[in-house]
Amino acid sequence: MKYVLPFCGTDEDAAAFEALTPEQLRLRYAHVGAWCAEHRSKIGPSNQLQAPDTATSVRFGPDGPPVVTDGPFVEGKEAIGGYAEIEVADLDEALRMAKSWPGRGTVEIRPVLTRR
Amino acid sequence: MAGTRDGGDPPGADPAVAASRDALAVVFREEGSRLTASVMRVLGDFDAAEEVVQDALLAAWQQWPVEGVPQRPAAWLWTVARRRAVDVLRRDLRHREKLALLAWPAEQPSEPEVDDDRLRLVFTCCHPALAPEVRVALTLRTVCGLSTAEIASGFMVSEAAIVQRLTRARRKIAAAGVPYRVPADDELGERLRDVLAVIYLLFNEGYLCNAADRPQRHDLSHDADWLAGLLVRLMPTEPEALGLLALIRLHRARAAARFDARGRLVLLRDQDRGQWNRAQIAAAADLRCCAAHRHR
Repeated sequence: MKYVLPFCGTDEDAAAFEALTPEQLRLRYAHVGAWCAEHRSKIGPSNQLQAPDTATSVRFGPDGPPVVTDGPFVEGKEAIGGYAEIEVADLDEALRMAKSWPGRGTVEIRPVLTRR
Repeated sequence: MAGTRDGGDPPGADPAVAASRDALAVVFREEGSRLTASVMRVLGDFDAAEEVVQDALLAAWQQWPVEGVPQRPAAWLWTVARRRAVDVLRRDLRHREKLALLAWPAEQPSEPEVDDDRLRLVFTCCHPALAPEVRVALTLRTVCGLSTAEIASGFMVSEAAIVQRLTRARRKIAAAGVPYRVPADDELGERLRDVLAVIYLLFNEGYLCNAADRPQRHDLSHDADWLAGLLVRLMPTEPEALGLLALIRLHRARAAARFDARGRLVLLRDQDRGQWNRAQIAAAADLRCCAAHRHR
């Protein structure tokens, strides 16, 4: 099964990340690097994204031309900070990977739609 | 043993029909969940497995009163289910590919294999990726073999709501890749707690309602008792499962004294202890002792 894991976080999570000392930041990236290395054979395309305030959204209404707005598409508390595509046996394996994610915030596990 | 019911000779105008219907009711719960579990493993598809099992049970319901109850009811059901499953596979394009790869066992799987399948089924139905109320409904439908109407009456909600929950659950199981297997050792403890929580929730839901007040309501505490018993049979070395079964049986032994003639709750200290079932209490206490001895 193929899944995409969007790594999400709140403003507080983002602020906590910004507040990390250089040493803590280095350690965090080291842990993330170790996680990626451990699961290398199962991880496809993956990236960390720039901050949500760099996003631009194109929203389609019921009619008329789409509206372009500044900012991420969800106006909720959480924004996507990065993502990884993974290929694993089933949801239990995906859950195991997500639970060991060294970052903070929320990891969503979203199955990829495959053509039959 | 939990879940087995006494068949007996029912009174009735047509004893042959009544006897076979009775026999079916007895095998329904035990064999229904076994059959679902085995078919599920072969087909790997919740919806299709349920359809196949329903068809087999319906065939039994129609044919046994006429032809008599077969010597080996479980084997009979397995044969019918096998035939229906092949039909389903042929009919559904998605499964055609599978059909070629599929070696359906001609004989019903042996006892230990079926038990493994049933345990897988329990863990799939109680998976943490499903919402708690969905886990309960799915377990009742798939493991206990309750109808959607029975589940709805147990929870005092509309049948449409139950159908919707079940549909959503099956869709998620298929789409999100919820596995059909017993969790690995390092996850077993946590996941077993999820299963026990479902059974306990079910028991509370049934036990806290005043059945005398609403005689039409399906008795969920009976299902919880059967499920806990099943879990103990499937995982005989798990003290937590034994402990839950003991708890449920202890509560149920006092059920007759819990409400007065007007349907009002009677507190423990005011209950007529003559109405308590002493034999059941002793048996439950034995279970509790077994659980305590095995506790790690």
